[in-house]
Amino acid sequence: MTKRIFILLLSTLIWNTALAQTPEEKGLAIAVEADKRDTGWKDSSSEMFMTLRNSQGQESKRRMRTKALEVIGDGDKSLTIFDQPRDVKGTAFLSFTHSKKPDDQWLYLPALKRVKRISSANKSGPFMGSEFAYEDISSQEVDKYTYKYLRDEKLEGKDCFVIERKPTYEYSGYTRMVSWVDKNMYQARKVEFYDRKNSLIKTLSMSKFKQYKGKFWRALQMDMMNHQTKKSTTLEWKDYKFQSGLKSRDFDKNALKRLR
Amino acid sequence: MFYKKSFIFLLLITPLQFSWAEWSGSVSLEYRHFTEEPLYPNQHDGANSSIAFQPEYNHSWNNGRQLFSFIPYVREDENDEERSQADIRELSWLTASENWELRLGIRKVFWGVTESQHLVDIINQSDLAANIDGEDKFGQPMINLALIGDYGTLDLFVLPYFRERSFPGEEGRLRGLYPDVTRDAIYQSDDEEKHIDYAARWSKSIDVWDIGLSYFNGTSRDPIINPLMDGPPIFVPYYALIQQLGLDLQATVDSWLWKLEYINRDSDFESYNAATLGLEYTWFGNAESPSDLGLVLEYLYDDRGDSAATPFENDIFLGLRVALNDTQSTDALIGFIKDLDKDTTIYSIEASRRVGESWKLSLEARIYESNDATDANLYAIRDDDYVQMELSYYF
Repeated sequence: MTKRIFILLLSTLIWNTALAQTPEEKGLAIAVEADKRDTGWKDSSSEMFMTLRNSQGQESKRRMRTKALEVIGDGDKSLTIFDQPRDVKGTAFLSFTHSKKPDDQWLYLPALKRVKRISSANKSGPFMGSEFAYEDISSQEVDKYTYKYLRDEKLEGKDCFVIERKPTYEYSGYTRMVSWVDKNMYQARKVEFYDRKNSLIKTLSMSKFKQYKGKFWRALQMDMMNHQTKKSTTLEWKDYKFQSGLKSRDFDKNALKRLR
Repeated sequence: MFYKKSFIFLLLITPLQFSWAEWSGSVSLEYRHFTEEPLYPNQHDGANSSIAFQPEYNHSWNNGRQLFSFIPYVREDENDEERSQADIRELSWLTASENWELRLGIRKVFWGVTESQHLVDIINQSDLAANIDGEDKFGQPMINLALIGDYGTLDLFVLPYFRERSFPGEEGRLRGLYPDVTRDAIYQSDDEEKHIDYAARWSKSIDVWDIGLSYFNGTSRDPIINPLMDGPPIFVPYYALIQQLGLDLQATVDSWLWKLEYINRDSDFESYNAATLGLEYTWFGNAESPSDLGLVLEYLYDDRGDSAATPFENDIFLGLRVALNDTQSTDALIGFIKDLDKDTTIYSIEASRRVGESWKLSLEARIYESNDATDANLYAIRDDDYVQMELSYYF
């Protein structure tokens, strides 16, 4: 018995020394690997369908189209245009995420034909009245968090790393997030969000994963549950397209004004 | 041969293919109640209803690089015949390339950053009959070439036709100093409304800054209003030729927006400077309490002082913006513009909320407090306080 424990301790020691990896380093390594595997998609476009549910189960629908441009060495650019509800049809949102400085964001208001630069300190604010905050749907850059590997765990029969992330950017609504990262895809299957008081506020579940261009995994459905308000939001993606030749000119203020 | 011709024909008409999905728009029923007795004879008293229809057709092709837009507009007003009108707000085609965009036709263009007044914004004429706040605009015919590169965007405009400002009619409220403004305007230019105006604007975003520098040369959108020398009290708008230099600047830093709009306008009759200096701070919501609360403070200045055609020559605007960030997108802007020299204040409430999936209910209320005849523009509408409800259906 004693011998067995000794061998176990010894092997753990060797394992740790060999890799010389702290939980923080391992967490970061997982994030870097996930980022590496998702590099090279160039650009994407898709349709987004959003279903908002209140605590009584009443539903409200949103429909939008979104385009994204990969920027190597900085955060990605994205453009979202609303089709539904009809009163906000034509409203468009342009975002340049940055890994080291605050993001740049512009909003186009079609009735006034006005482009407004808006503060990116709205990270914790709800996107379109949904349970998704702006920071939940913006591009997830490695530099925006610190990481800590917690454990290995199976989630719905799939092997996952469980890692903790803490936002390093200002104005986050969270103290930390715990993610279940699929070991095969290097994509999160579940994320738990802890609010500023460090209590669990939301859980995000990803499903309907599909691989594009033989490389890039995307969840075609995300369900966000708010445990405090009992409201939930489902986001579904359709018609995903990759590498259709979009350029940075398709993501400027002029492009924002001509989107319909 | 026939097939080849048909194929070419099909290619040509593809951009014009008709699809119901590309139609959208709104129908709005507006109900205004004026709380005080009218100041002038013939003006209607109490309630006023109005209906507006604005369909919109957009066809975009070539991956969004080409766009055709058509937005007609019709309003029928119960009492004010000047408010009843039909207009084309937009009828345009644009094509976008890597380094330029060409936009042709009747369009609307907005320049500027501040909330309480829009000094720099000059391309489109205001439809003051529709709303006294000047945010309703007539469509402007134009050729607009935008040159786009690392230097930013340089927009060049040729504006071949002029649109006259609309004013509330004789029965209408909020008509101010001028009981009856005739449509027979007088122009400084012999070409009258066919005088060709030119404009240019350079704009660029640099880090936290959004900068715009603009120049306009042509017929002023703001008329000088003179009484007709003999006969009934009819007023004649006079449109002078002007040159205007404009600067609009915004710095977006954390939760702060710092704003500046400045113009210098020059004509044979006057030369003046005006500016709006503003700041906005927002407390953003989060998962526990989703509402945003914003504070807007602006200073409005015009160096003509009392002789300015605008009532905002030394005024402050203080506003509170609330967005509940709920499913119905409920939001409100409550505020006032106060003259720092005189006893005049405009109080204003604008609020709206979506009802179901396709309806929207909007509330607008304005109170004009004016006890000073030297602030003539506001003194003349001091009894035109109103509350307005608007129900709109969007399709």
